Amino acid sequence: MTRRHEFLQGARDILPLIVGAIPFGIIFGSLAASYGLSLGQALGMSLLVFAGSAQFIGVSLIGGGAGAAVVLLTTLVVNLRHALYSATLQPFVRHLPKRWRVPLAFWLTDEAFAVVQHRYAERDASPHKHWYFCGAALTMYLNWQLCTLVGVLFGQAVPNLAAWGLDFAMLATFIGIVVPMLRNRPQVAAALVAGVAALLCHGLPYKLGLMVAALAGIAVGIVLERHLAWKLEEEGA
Amino acid sequence: MHIWLLILGMAAITFAIRYSLFAWPELRFPPLVRQGLHYVPTAVLTAIVVPGMLLPDGEHLALSADNAYLLAGLATILIAALTRHLLATILGGLLSFFLLRWALGQLPL
Repeated sequence: MTRRHEFLQGARDILPLIVGAIPFGIIFGSLAASYGLSLGQALGMSLLVFAGSAQFIGVSLIGGGAGAAVVLLTTLVVNLRHALYSATLQPFVRHLPKRWRVPLAFWLTDEAFAVVQHRYAERDASPHKHWYFCGAALTMYLNWQLCTLVGVLFGQAVPNLAAWGLDFAMLATFIGIVVPMLRNRPQVAAALVAGVAALLCHGLPYKLGLMVAALAGIAVGIVLERHLAWKLEEEGA
Repeated sequence: MHIWLLILGMAAITFAIRYSLFAWPELRFPPLVRQGLHYVPTAVLTAIVVPGMLLPDGEHLALSADNAYLLAGLATILIAALTRHLLATILGGLLSFFLLRWALGQLPL
């Protein structure tokens, strides 16, 4: 595929995820405004930070008068999962020059990661997969800015916007990504363990439970994969 | 001004995390790590979804028939398993969520 094709394909493949992100962005804009952030500050946060869940928690903490250390530490822990995404995609982007790696890292959201790792997993040897990454990530970025703007300008006009439960859109999106990945026993076990661990650890400070649960799920996936491979070898011998 | 400093701090931290591994193109992962990375999407996203369904207020376990997040979440999982189509899953999930919330009288109408 040509660069243009890859770029457009990436933009198209992330569209379903954008449907799920639109309510999230609008609620963020409205929440930021209700916590006293100006239009410039709300948009500035979306333009510079570009991390949905961290932005939500960030404006709530800022609005609640939390100290700078708490805001920054929470941002760190909530976004730690992106280090796992960064590691997962590193083998596919390490051949690229810095002028590519820097913007692609800046745009590395949950949604971009989901579609991009799927594209890299396809076996074709297209040399332009980073254009796919770029198309998907840039589309997500532009949409996020637009939704923030709409949320700040019009969010206050809808009474009880937060009470509608639009945050369910994110859950539906992530379910739609994960379920098709549960193709073998180690993947299913990783999901079950991560889910249970997330429930058990949800009380940990700074949303640390998410990372603990993710690492527990990953560990179980590895152990089970190795165990199954070992059993196959035993049977073959 | 204070808020802008916090925004810049959040931006720097977020970018540093996302760039952390992209910054080292020479780095090669050992097999154990490479194996583990296959489970990253499943483990991370499930660790977000499950508490979202079972602890909708972020604190209290809601294992009850009036928890629309739980019921619609289960319906969404079913739709995803049957269709394996992302957009159908998101739209079907949202539809079942809002129908449930409406039926349970939980919408601010």
